[in-house]
Amino acid sequence: MKVTIDGIPVEVEPGTTILNAARQIGGDIVPPAMCYYSKLEGSGGKCRTCLVKVSKGSEKDPRPMPKLVASCRTTVMDGMEVQNITSPEVVEARKGVVEMLLLNHPLDCPVCDQAGECHLQDLGFEHGAAKTRYEFDRRTFEKIDIGDKIQLHMTRCILCYRCVFTADQITNTRLHGILNRGDHSEISTYITKAVDNDFSGNIIDVCPVGALTDKTFRFKNRVWFTKPVDAHRDCDKCCGKVTLWYKGEDVIRVTGRKDVYGEVEEFICNTCRFDKKKTADWVIEGPRKISHKSVISSNHYEFTPLPVVKTNPVLMEANKEQFERDTRL
Amino acid sequence: MGRKLLLEHINVPGINTFDVYRSKGGYAAVEKALKTMSPDEVVEEVKKSGLRGRGGAGFPTGMKWSFLAKPEGVPRYLVCNADESEPGTFKDRYLMTYIPHLLIEGMIVSSFALGANTSYIYVRGEMMPQIRILEKAIAEAKAKGFLGKNILGSGYDLELYVQPGGGAYICGEETALLESLEGKRGNPRIKPPFPAIAGLYGRPTVVNNVESIAAVVPIVNEGGDEYAKLGIGRSTGTKLISAGGNLKKPGVYEIDLGLPVEEFLYSDEYCGGIANGKRLKAVVAGGSSVPILPANLILKTINNEPRLMSYESLADGGFITGTMMGSGGFIAYDEDACIVRNTWNFARFYHHESCGQCSPCREGTGWMEKVLHRLEHGHGKMSDMDLLVDVSKKIEGNTICPLGDAAAWPVASAIRHFRDEFEWHVTNGAEATTRNYGLAHYADPLPKLETAG
Repeated sequence: MKVTIDGIPVEVEPGTTILNAARQIGGDIVPPAMCYYSKLEGSGGKCRTCLVKVSKGSEKDPRPMPKLVASCRTTVMDGMEVQNITSPEVVEARKGVVEMLLLNHPLDCPVCDQAGECHLQDLGFEHGAAKTRYEFDRRTFEKIDIGDKIQLHMTRCILCYRCVFTADQITNTRLHGILNRGDHSEISTYITKAVDNDFSGNIIDVCPVGALTDKTFRFKNRVWFTKPVDAHRDCDKCCGKVTLWYKGEDVIRVTGRKDVYGEVEEFICNTCRFDKKKTADWVIEGPRKISHKSVISSNHYEFTPLPVVKTNPVLMEANKEQFERDTRL
Repeated sequence: MGRKLLLEHINVPGINTFDVYRSKGGYAAVEKALKTMSPDEVVEEVKKSGLRGRGGAGFPTGMKWSFLAKPEGVPRYLVCNADESEPGTFKDRYLMTYIPHLLIEGMIVSSFALGANTSYIYVRGEMMPQIRILEKAIAEAKAKGFLGKNILGSGYDLELYVQPGGGAYICGEETALLESLEGKRGNPRIKPPFPAIAGLYGRPTVVNNVESIAAVVPIVNEGGDEYAKLGIGRSTGTKLISAGGNLKKPGVYEIDLGLPVEEFLYSDEYCGGIANGKRLKAVVAGGSSVPILPANLILKTINNEPRLMSYESLADGGFITGTMMGSGGFIAYDEDACIVRNTWNFARFYHHESCGQCSPCREGTGWMEKVLHRLEHGHGKMSDMDLLVDVSKKIEGNTICPLGDAAAWPVASAIRHFRDEFEWHVTNGAEATTRNYGLAHYADPLPKLETAG
């Protein structure tokens, strides 16, 4: 099947969604997705950030679709023409959706562990306005510990339902879900109950924002000061393929290996995630490639001072300490 | 006086019991359909009748039925949507309370036409008396052999169940209703697949409004062609209108579609005019989710033609100067009504009822509600009106289900038509909390339309 996205044609299998077709092309034309997760069946369609315009339905029925559609849940038709970043309407709608998502989001990025690898942060940076038009109190919740390793901070949640799908599909039993309705709805275990399961830690990885955080990593470090390294071990529960996040000599966090869309390649078990935090536990494969656009790679892999600094001895001297620290990292 | 098809015997004492209903010609449609017609013939009659869904969207019922997938060996379901919770609409409750057997009869005929052997009536949780009435009626019909195995010796089996909902407005959306009926959280599903392909328990399902199903009874009794003679244009048949607000005679009326709005409002046969000798200020013509119109625009279209109670005429002028038939919740406001307060009230309702699944509706409805609350209480700003219009545009069309649109339209239309009243609330904040803006020019005759070119 041939589908054209922003003027770029691509051949895809029947049944592919517009979003996945766009991911096959890659680059800037891939719609952002906050709730869709390719490894989770039934996810998507909720956040509305991936809205696109279908300007031609298919070869057979060339009528455009009347409304913007969620690209993550709309399957392609042969000859379909889709506009994403080339349509002002889509860009405008996406801006609106981002504004809505940020309405009740606390924007506490400076103290949030997710900062630096947060999808909402990226999205807000790309599409958000500098100032909010919302002049009311944001909704707030108490932090809850769901299990001894996971903390839920509902205030930051954007209700993507990914963790609910994860618990349904990856773990044996789901102990949490959505309570209430509308903007009072919250992820909760109802009567506070621990989410205790060998694979429960994956809900941290799938969370696009900082609502679910790893308690063994909370406030330990900013992600851009840590070095991701791929490693594996023989695990009887999962594939054992992880990314270790080093701070100096210490492994301070273990996560699944995330691809460019922030989706883990394979889900990992809680033993790997929370209990194996020594280099000796792992077989190191090498540094994890992180997109050069990410703030995580901005600090350490390559350090290039501004040209003017390099050529000016006075500035060189003034920044000496900084250079030493950066090259040491 | 229009013909009554649904409410003909509404005043007969005891019409809610099987015996009286039967003696007035009830269940004739079941006998006719099951004994003399094939299911496809019933569908054909409904198609010919031009009956349009009475729940709000006005989608032709016959066409909806013909879309139903019919794979071999897979059960099909008919679900009656009795989750009527739109502010201003109470026609289904009226029908279920006073003449429940009409709905049961319609369900039997419709289920027969669709080949469904199990059908559900999903009733809103707050309507507990109606749930009991329907269950009693079902028991009566079953005792007389109109439900259960081998109905009237035709070999057709049907079990009919009443399912109380949890009382959520969103469960009136057909896919949310199906989720709720399956025992899950009532979140609308993402379409496609449509219920006609994969509905209840993943099976082909038709979801129809109470009134649509009841209307099948006269269609089968008299034939689709006869039914299509009533009404006007593509709006055929009769429609129940629940008239509320500041009227002399509020209540549920059965009208022929095509009745002029003015006649409906002012004639003694229907609403009898505005109560207490007041003047009309505005009308919400089809339940809270349709655009509100000022008096002059509801009585006349922008082309100065009288506006009729029909799907087309009410929608004349699009969203700029028109409104929608919706579910028939006709709310009239007199000169003492405050449009800002009313808009806030609606926005509060949609904020409360948004399911919270998709972000524009979840966050946007709450935002609009808060801004309107501020306006109503005299703390608004001049920029708030543009903000509201902008927010409503960001919600409209970008959501999974039509609740987002339903929340956006009343706000956008109120600001479009009553902007001066909103501005007065800003400039005279303190005064706005003690008195209303009044009628202003909303009931003045329409200015002559300047035709372009």
